[in-house]
Amino acid sequence: MLRSLKLEPEKCTGCLQCEMACSYEQEGVFNPAKSRIKVFTFHHEGVFAPYTCTQCDEAWCMHACPVDAIVINAATGSKDVLNDVCVGCKVCTIACPFGTVNYNQDTGKVIKCDLCGGDPACARACPTEAITYVDADQTGLERMRAYAAQSAQISPGS
Amino acid sequence: MAWTGKILRVDLSSGTCAAEALNMEWATQYLGQRGLASKYLSEEIDPKVDALSADNKFIMVTGPLTGTMASTGGRYSVVTKSPLTGTIACSNSGGFIGAEMKNAGWDMIIFEGRASTPVYLYLENEKAELLPADDLWGLSVWATDEALHKKHQDPQLRIACVGRSAEAGCLYAGVINDLHRAAGRSGVGTVMASKNLKAVAVRGTRGVGNIKDPVGFMQATQAAKQVLADNAVTSQGLPTYGTQVLMNVINEVGAMPTRNMREVRFEGASHISGEAMHEPRKSDGKPNLVTNAACFACTIACGRISTIDKGHFTVKNKPEYWGASGGLEYEAAWALGSDTGVDDLDALTYVNFLCNEDGFDPISFGATVAAAMELFDIGALTAEHTGGLEMRFGSAEALTRAAELTMTGEGFGKELGLGSKRLCEKYGHPELSMTVKGQEFPAYDPRGIQGMGLAYATSNRGACHLRGYTVSSEIMGIPEKTDPLVTEGKAGLVKAFQDATAAVDSAGLCIFTTFAWTLADIAPQIDAACEGGWTMEKLAEVGERIWNLERDFNLAAGLTGKDDTLPKRLLKDAANTGPAAGRVNELDKMLPEYYELRGWNAEGVPTASTRQRLGL
Repeated sequence: MLRSLKLEPEKCTGCLQCEMACSYEQEGVFNPAKSRIKVFTFHHEGVFAPYTCTQCDEAWCMHACPVDAIVINAATGSKDVLNDVCVGCKVCTIACPFGTVNYNQDTGKVIKCDLCGGDPACARACPTEAITYVDADQTGLERMRAYAAQSAQISPGS
Repeated sequence: MAWTGKILRVDLSSGTCAAEALNMEWATQYLGQRGLASKYLSEEIDPKVDALSADNKFIMVTGPLTGTMASTGGRYSVVTKSPLTGTIACSNSGGFIGAEMKNAGWDMIIFEGRASTPVYLYLENEKAELLPADDLWGLSVWATDEALHKKHQDPQLRIACVGRSAEAGCLYAGVINDLHRAAGRSGVGTVMASKNLKAVAVRGTRGVGNIKDPVGFMQATQAAKQVLADNAVTSQGLPTYGTQVLMNVINEVGAMPTRNMREVRFEGASHISGEAMHEPRKSDGKPNLVTNAACFACTIACGRISTIDKGHFTVKNKPEYWGASGGLEYEAAWALGSDTGVDDLDALTYVNFLCNEDGFDPISFGATVAAAMELFDIGALTAEHTGGLEMRFGSAEALTRAAELTMTGEGFGKELGLGSKRLCEKYGHPELSMTVKGQEFPAYDPRGIQGMGLAYATSNRGACHLRGYTVSSEIMGIPEKTDPLVTEGKAGLVKAFQDATAAVDSAGLCIFTTFAWTLADIAPQIDAACEGGWTMEKLAEVGERIWNLERDFNLAAGLTGKDDTLPKRLLKDAANTGPAAGRVNELDKMLPEYYELRGWNAEGVPTASTRQRLGL
């Protein structure tokens, strides 16, 4: 079963534990600036929203890469960057419509979410379950349930 | 080691920035943050200096756990000499700038001297430069934040700055970071402004590494997070209601200082409580509270994000206040509400916004307004003095107008900006100032919580709840329940809380973790991150060393044991209602024992053997 990261802004408190977990897993230091997942604060609305790569099937980044440095991980479905192949041309950062592939000036390569090989550190670190790693076919299940409850006039928590 | 080992020294007089190595011997004696910067300050300035002169220094400091995955590991402090109290001041703040400083590679920034014209520090990793801030001077905190983000074209820049209140000389101006987190007490922002330093803008991309035992650290921090997640206060009470969870509780036990501490219960408490912030308002059906919010790395998330009713008289024609921003914490709600007798939640939220917008301490401000209201009530202060403002208890109009004047130091706001002590002295009634060492009280009446009276009287920065929060034990039973109306055993309790708090602050952690954590949860996290063998015992000893260092600073600054006291009202006038009815604070029963336990002589001076034991 493939899994996807499910992001729920309404549960996020903006603590950045996910960004630290990501950078620690990937870089060995606590460094939000190098995190593959980012939390955005919409101050006037009082909203915190985590965002990262959705692992598109026909990934723009992968198709745009001129040296085939972005490949599919068969086990997780993630699109992974092969560091020793990447030439740092940044074409993938232009191609990605969501902005989730970014250049790392310290290494001269691009970085993006690789689902930590199937056990994403961000989901493990999130204290409020705003980030979970769930069945890729069922990311809408809870939202459907909430609306189903509404149509049946049941309070969502029950 | 989790320290970066680097200090940035900024000479504002000559306009130079230089890196230097952290004194690691001091780091092992004082840990970091509050303790370490207090050591630097003590070594580098004469405690007798005028706090607003170029001879004072202004230090921004992180702890070894700041910037790590330890829960709440994002705290930083501002350490300087206070213009409000004349004591050493350490004001602690969350938000994100502390972690950003650490990510940029710095444990501490020491500002010295005074710039001839307004400047701000721009810090991008190793690059540090002082840039002109003439165009920022005269702007609010919020406008400064926006202008700097725009100028540097960097949405990820973290900014700490002072607002117009500090520029106007308000003696309780704070340093605001990330729009609504504050190093709020004791006038540390006033010192920053006196140096012509408007802002510090930081961008750090180096990360925090150097953890002594990374695997052990991840295990220790994970275990400690689980403790927070399993505790009802830190996993439910604080996220749901914030510190405002206390409003109804403290009112119930008759320790809610009301109308300048004339009374100990506020009849309007339920209108301004954490619960009230959840209730849908009549006009638009939305609650005051939009969401809770976390500071960097915090898995508790007690922060309040609120809105004001658009139809409320304070913001009716001011759309700039219609968005969400930092909402009421318990201390602000109490000082702006109960202490002034105002129970209008929207009015309090509006004033809270102004306190953030222009950087002044809502506790000292609210308590000063309360003092002004009592002076007005007895006829010592009249509308002639206030420029027509009718300073009546319970008047939301008076409170909100007073805030609008204080934020820029206009008219009567200039006098309110000097604090309760100076105001009451000026109008001939010093006894009506509810202060210790010149700093206004926080939200716990020491007649109903005896230990807090001793904690206030002996606090090294004047009246303060964050130096020894025995409310934990006396009211909430954490770590064990003591009777709030009893004085026996409180000297030891206060000392233990003061020492432990100094250690927690110095690690870079938030004191709110101690609703769930003890030093037994904290020590393994520090020990896995830092060299030096950090046991519970060592942390308690470091805390005690810090406490005595701060005490020594204050004694050298000219304070004496005579300053370890409370206003007469709390020592002579009994509480009028509630469980503490008929009680005063019995400080005289606790203070001598406290001095003895501290190893101080009868005048409150640390003895030679105490100094020797602590390596002072």
